[in-house]
Amino acid sequence: MDRSLKLNPRLITFGWPLILLVAAVSFPLVFPNAAVDNVAILTLIFASLATSWNIFAGYTGYNALGHTVYFGFGAYTMALISVNQQLPGGFGLFLLVPVAGVVAALCAVPLGWISLRTRGHAFVVITLIAVFIFQLLAFNLRGITLGSTGIFLPAPGFALDWYFLPYYYVQLAILVLALLISWYIRSSRYGLWLLAIRDDEDRAEGLGVRTGAGKLSAFVISAFFTGMIGAMYAYFIGSIYPQYVFDPALSITLVLMAFLGGVGTLSGPVVGALILEIAQQYFSLNAQTGYYQIFLGALFLIIMLLLPRGIVRSLFRLWSAWRIRRGAGGSPVAPERPEQPERPAVAVERG
Amino acid sequence: MSLLEIHGVSKAFGGIRALDACSLTVEQGSITGLIGPNGSGKTTLFNVITGYERPDAGVVTFNGADITQATPSRIFGLGLGRTFQLVRIFPRLTVMENMHIAVQRSGIRALLSRWSAPHERARASELLDFVGLTHLADAPAENLSYGQKKLLEFAMILIAEPKVMLLDEPAGGVNPTLAAQLTERIKTLNQRGITFLVVEHNMQFVMSLCDKVAVMHRGTLLTEGDPQQIRGNPAVLEAYLGD
Repeated sequence: MDRSLKLNPRLITFGWPLILLVAAVSFPLVFPNAAVDNVAILTLIFASLATSWNIFAGYTGYNALGHTVYFGFGAYTMALISVNQQLPGGFGLFLLVPVAGVVAALCAVPLGWISLRTRGHAFVVITLIAVFIFQLLAFNLRGITLGSTGIFLPAPGFALDWYFLPYYYVQLAILVLALLISWYIRSSRYGLWLLAIRDDEDRAEGLGVRTGAGKLSAFVISAFFTGMIGAMYAYFIGSIYPQYVFDPALSITLVLMAFLGGVGTLSGPVVGALILEIAQQYFSLNAQTGYYQIFLGALFLIIMLLLPRGIVRSLFRLWSAWRIRRGAGGSPVAPERPEQPERPAVAVERG
Repeated sequence: MSLLEIHGVSKAFGGIRALDACSLTVEQGSITGLIGPNGSGKTTLFNVITGYERPDAGVVTFNGADITQATPSRIFGLGLGRTFQLVRIFPRLTVMENMHIAVQRSGIRALLSRWSAPHERARASELLDFVGLTHLADAPAENLSYGQKKLLEFAMILIAEPKVMLLDEPAGGVNPTLAAQLTERIKTLNQRGITFLVVEHNMQFVMSLCDKVAVMHRGTLLTEGDPQQIRGNPAVLEAYLGD
């Protein structure tokens, strides 16, 4: 079989992420512009949020709409510890980020245990209601949260011309870590169990899968990352208010990002966040804010109708179809999981 | 002591008594057929044995251990696997991935290592070969035909090396050639030591396969015996045709 273009599967699997990583690392150095890098940091925050959501919801098929709760826990942990302990701003405060993650994860144990007794629509509703409950608590437990007055975090004290760099790189590190964990879970037996839960939970249970422990652990891992990102957000923005960190719209936005890119794929949530966050920033700079809501609603309809499996899978299907047309051989059916590490994205040669 | 013993099991759904003090024993090494008219409680009995339903009364023991209150996952771990009347596989996973779900691994470390170890893959391939699905190993399971899905479900359970297999209508919706092949495979596996309890409406299939047949009617055991006895029993005919 002679083919002019012969790509090594390993090159595809490991080459692209490496190129993208180099691009992401050099981005703020190439564009050392505060306005651009602020957008870049917010984009990284949303990409990380969608990726952590995907670790639980994408793999197990449980459409959680309450991840804002763990975002809020992380943000308040960061704010309350730094303010109450009168910690100075600076690099030291980044050490509170994993602490915030642990707090969010600990809170996710009982909340997950309760909400995971339900399935389907009931689960969606319960997780969404949790957001409203904690937003109300944050408003009303004034002794702890200062309510609607909000909390101001210590100023970082970084020089003005590079203050965004620490946030950018710490957030990028969190995103890379979340992606690595996501990839690792997906290639493990544990990940296969989560996917089995997505397809038929009762069947999985009857084949020896410990579905309860599997779901809850994925939920807690997901909440851990979400809490860390909430802490990063609080420190980056510098102030937090109940309505912004326990914001139901935030949950919905990150779910939409994951759906746009492809739920249950590794890169889908990142792709979705890149597109949506940049679009949102564009709209808020160039048009009245109301237009973005209309755009978001319309986009949601389009995705559900035309791309229910997301951009990544649809592109992959087109690509395999194109390869088969070129006579390059290939599997008779497009694999559902294009990024499965053990089954390279390139269709296997036959004959 | 029999391998699987069911004593006086009852289960009601609202006002309907799906199982009414039903008792049944399955001997080690047998192929026991379970027949009865629609609604006689066969599938409910399967659900109670495999932990999907908790009975209102009665006891189920397997290998001497009380499994009445155990979870489906624990019961499967003890060596009691089942197939469903309407086949249940994992549609969005590939055939090979489906084969790995039930592979028993213990410990967190084993769970966090790669989804397929070489010896597990070899065993899965062997079983796919046994049911004739090798060529579809990398296809998404949803692309299989109904009969192929039944074979896959059968192989998925075999990989865990169960002591007993409960088959709920294995020949339902399957063409006669495939049903005949299935009979052969069940007999082969039975010679290797697996005990079977089979619910089936296809009488020819039951009579050619089973060495004991139990008849259920209105949630309880009507009678049991070897296939010849059952065939000639007027009470069985009456249960099917009404009085």
